Amino acid sequence: MQRLNQIFTKQSTYVPILAIILGLIVGAIVMWMGGFNPFEAYKAMLVKIFGTTYDFGEAIRQVTPLIFTGLSVAFAFRAGLFNIGAEGQFIMGMTAATWVGINTDLPWFIHLPLAVLAGGLAGAIWSGLAGWLKASRGINEVISTIMLNWIAYYFANFMVRVVMIEKGQNRSQDVLPSASASIDWLSALMDNARVHWGTVIALLCSGIFYYILWKTRQGYELRASGHNADAAFYAGINVKGSIVKAMMISGAFAGLGGAFEILGVFKSMAVMNAQPGYGFDGIAVSLLGGNNPFGIVFGAILFGFLSYGSQGMNFELEVPNEIIRIVIGSVIFFVASHGIVKWFLKPFFKKRREEKKGAA
Amino acid sequence: MEQRPIVAELKGITKRFPGIVANDNISLQLRKGEIHALLGENGAGKSTLMNILFGLYQPDEGHIEINGSPVVIDGAGKAIELRIGMVHQHFKLVKPFTVAENIILGNEPTKGATIDIKSANERVKQISEQYGLKVDPRVKIEDITVGMQQRVEILKTLYRGADILIFDEPTAVLTVQEIEELIVILRNLAREGKSIILITHKLKEIMEIADTCTVIRRGKVIGSVSVKESNERQLAEMMVGRSVSFQVDKQKSKPGKPVLEVKDLVVPGEHGKPVVDHVTFDIRAGEVFGIAGVDGNGQTQLIEAITGMRKASGGSVKVLGKELLGTSVRTVTEAGVSHIPEDRHKHGLVLDFSVSENMVLNNYYKEPFTHKGLLNYKAMDENAKKLAEQFDVRMSGIHTEARSLSGGNQQKAIIARELTRDPELIIAVQPTRGLDVGAIEFVHKQLIEARNAGKAVLLVSFELEELYGLSDRLAVIYEGRFMGQMEADEKNEEQIGLMMAGNAMGAAAGHTG
Amino acid sequence: MDLLAQLINTTLVFSTALILAALGGIFSERSGVVNIGLEGLMIVGAFSAAVFTYFSSEWGFGGGSPWFGLLMAVVCGVVFSLLHAVASISLKANQVIIGVVINILALGATIYLVKSLFDGQGQSENLTGIAFTKWNIPVLSDIPFIGEALFKAYPTTYICYVLVFLSWFVLYRTRFGLRLRAVGEHPGAADTVGISVTKYRYIGVMLSGAFAGLGGAAISLTTTYDFSHTTISGQGFIAIAAIIFGRWHPIGAAGAALFFGFAQALRFQAQLFEWSKAIPNEFLYMLPYVLTLLLLAFAAGKNRAPAAAGEPYDPGKR
Repeated sequence: MQRLNQIFTKQSTYVPILAIILGLIVGAIVMWMGGFNPFEAYKAMLVKIFGTTYDFGEAIRQVTPLIFTGLSVAFAFRAGLFNIGAEGQFIMGMTAATWVGINTDLPWFIHLPLAVLAGGLAGAIWSGLAGWLKASRGINEVISTIMLNWIAYYFANFMVRVVMIEKGQNRSQDVLPSASASIDWLSALMDNARVHWGTVIALLCSGIFYYILWKTRQGYELRASGHNADAAFYAGINVKGSIVKAMMISGAFAGLGGAFEILGVFKSMAVMNAQPGYGFDGIAVSLLGGNNPFGIVFGAILFGFLSYGSQGMNFELEVPNEIIRIVIGSVIFFVASHGIVKWFLKPFFKKRREEKKGAA
Repeated sequence: MEQRPIVAELKGITKRFPGIVANDNISLQLRKGEIHALLGENGAGKSTLMNILFGLYQPDEGHIEINGSPVVIDGAGKAIELRIGMVHQHFKLVKPFTVAENIILGNEPTKGATIDIKSANERVKQISEQYGLKVDPRVKIEDITVGMQQRVEILKTLYRGADILIFDEPTAVLTVQEIEELIVILRNLAREGKSIILITHKLKEIMEIADTCTVIRRGKVIGSVSVKESNERQLAEMMVGRSVSFQVDKQKSKPGKPVLEVKDLVVPGEHGKPVVDHVTFDIRAGEVFGIAGVDGNGQTQLIEAITGMRKASGGSVKVLGKELLGTSVRTVTEAGVSHIPEDRHKHGLVLDFSVSENMVLNNYYKEPFTHKGLLNYKAMDENAKKLAEQFDVRMSGIHTEARSLSGGNQQKAIIARELTRDPELIIAVQPTRGLDVGAIEFVHKQLIEARNAGKAVLLVSFELEELYGLSDRLAVIYEGRFMGQMEADEKNEEQIGLMMAGNAMGAAAGHTG
Repeated sequence: MDLLAQLINTTLVFSTALILAALGGIFSERSGVVNIGLEGLMIVGAFSAAVFTYFSSEWGFGGGSPWFGLLMAVVCGVVFSLLHAVASISLKANQVIIGVVINILALGATIYLVKSLFDGQGQSENLTGIAFTKWNIPVLSDIPFIGEALFKAYPTTYICYVLVFLSWFVLYRTRFGLRLRAVGEHPGAADTVGISVTKYRYIGVMLSGAFAGLGGAAISLTTTYDFSHTTISGQGFIAIAAIIFGRWHPIGAAGAALFFGFAQALRFQAQLFEWSKAIPNEFLYMLPYVLTLLLLAFAAGKNRAPAAAGEPYDPGKR
């Protein structure tokens, strides 16, 4: 119980909730200034998410990669690292999984896991590279991962356009059915919403996240290095090794997310004309979730639903779906500047204390 | 001598922080041209009081009068206007800037749009000569000695016309020689009509320089005495509230087999000069070996090299015959070495971890704390409870963050951890820094008990009294070299002082070969 | 030879935005505030310049339009940077996270506005004929090779070099610069001589908003001639790398930015040699980022960041 208390401090539950409310208010104000009716807009959003089983299934699909990237960013953060490169690691995961999905022909119980593992491994290596640069050369991981994002993006496009191309199309060949991660029977029940095993694995990963960090000796070392690298060094912990390990595990989460996005949803990889953005959303999710596994799942659901629902706003009322970026950006802003949120909360707590005094 | 005029008076100053009354109805008078010492233990409230005088804090009750008129000092700027200057314990100097740039900061002379650095340099030179504080205005702070940096701090106040100077623990970072120079400077300043408040806990220095001494304990003024009519014992009693013995109960040691053998240790430093320069010494079981020296002479690097936290470039370090140089920190720990680090926040604890997690910082990976790769929290908790009881660590629970413990209890926790791992060699660096007298006595007792139980203890301290009280043998380190090694029974304080300042004559006289 | 002169010319074009953003970042970091949000500030600048230029030409400002756009880019950059300033300085939030927030919000808000203003389309109206064209400096531009390389540039480039010199001058020769640097190295030292740490940090961040906004405007008004989600793609981060290489010094950072601009120019003029035509485009596009990474790995040298950068100033900590 007390361990749970350590992970969930009072601050880390009230602040995000208030930040979400404030973020939605900001979005409402922006929409109102643009001549849209925020109530109608948010209503259209809710209808879009919960209106039909198809929509609900698709909303869940949208949530899934965010859990992966949220876990990715949060894991690195717990070890004291800013992994802004979840984006690139996600892309590498997509690429590797696609390649294995197309180019090897094996029975499904080998093919699918292999493709998934390839994705995770690709993400781990890509992230480990940044970790190694930091450990051996002291290069700030914020800059190196951002550079690696762009390199991954162009590399992936190259792989799709040149190596895995489907003739005449602007995307890769399809992955073989033996590498599909779709849950066909559930999809059928939900009007062909693209539900896939990735969602299950994502939830499993949040459990793994908790397990590694708080149950294993490795986790103790990673957390110590994250809180105080000097003390960890004094304690005999191999801090540099921890940096690389943490980045690799973090990258693996992101890579898995990318793998499932292809194997479970799109079945092929298109030439991208912009970075998909899951990695950056992962930063938002991890911040909102207080860097703990339960909060991250919750945060991912929030953002995934918001993003999916914004299509409804766009379709019904022609609100540009960037409004969600504004909402999300504002929410993180309020979480990060929790000083301002606590300033809102102060009157509530003061009243409580005065009531208690009066009663005593 | 008739009474000199009062230049500053603090009347009934009270300052509260959450959970504590730092200053409780404090009144104090400072006269012109006097050197007024403010004596108290760590946490007694001296710094808070002076920060109020310097405008960094506001008092909750009471007021200040400068030259007879009540004033409100609402910031450093106002204090400077009132000609109050503060020479901080931790210098407020911008390292990459020059001496002159630091002195003129905030008050820069200009020529059109640019800073007139030439006239700044000249003005600095002028003041430095007037008060006998020699510095070169064009040198960068990061390139000068600590003693010179302090002079720059002093010049900062004089440049702004300070008449009231507050010195916060000024001798903490100086060599014996620099301390003597500072004493001369202080007397000069007083003679020029400056009024000086000296915050310190060093009784000897108070007896030597101060005219008056106000003693503060737990936020209250115990008394203001004329130093001429008092003595160290009286001041100490006022400071602590009971009679203090300066002696630690210690029988003569019976040293056994060699536990630590350091031979010709060399640790490279910047600019090609080694920071540890061919150091050789032994420590036997059942003895305490102390290393004296002013901070910054290589002690830190020496300890880091022995514990595996820093690479050495030559020599050998053996514990119980096993060569440890070049191995990892963990190997050293497993060879039977405990380390109470100099900086308990930087190295000693992970402040965000619970007390329980901190208690296994060096051996979390061993059974029973880790079993097949998984942590055993129950075992960790039991261990923490046991240690906390044994060593009287006060906290609200073993699951609270280490951050929430007081400095003294944090240190006790570290000592509990390091002493109960059953080490052969205990390395303690500044183990009583920042602790109150009760905690200091406790730590000293623990170290002597360990030594009596047959452990070897390597003690590094910047307080000579502590070294004399605990050590069986002593060495003095200066610029990375051992200037001499001797029995601590011989009261060779003067020799030690000379060696600490690099005087080889002291070494020749005290060397026991 | 002609191609080489053109390459140098293109380098100057691409490096202008990088230099401007880097200068802005230097003012912010020198005052002690880490600014990862340069990318977002450039986005705001590029957007403002494109949109205000377009509308002012619609309203009949004629040749003054791009100048108005430039001005608005600076103003909007400063205003947007206040988000960073308030959060990081007054609310003591984690500066890296706030920087990331700035980037997210900037892109979201600007694209949202573009779609709102321009009927749902994803980019602003094209500015050919309205925005800047190259200025040929009389006489100097006629010199063979050098003229082509150095003296036929956009006005933003000329402004950029003036600002490099001004930045150096202000930072190292004026009272303001000395105090700003003190605040970033040792805020306690500045505070105890009566300098307001808060004030100088706010100014530092606002200057970064102004410069980065200007840098973004340089791109939308000279290179892309419109604004869309691809207008700014990583330049803000490359600027940060330039700051690191340049050791937080205006001239050093400008030099580093020139180098990165060169890498960008290379990929733009990839058809320079026969063999380069065979390289797939994507690898050329990668070039600036790979180069940044390699340089950081092997040539960055000792970290000379302002000592107090990244930490909110807490006067209570002694």
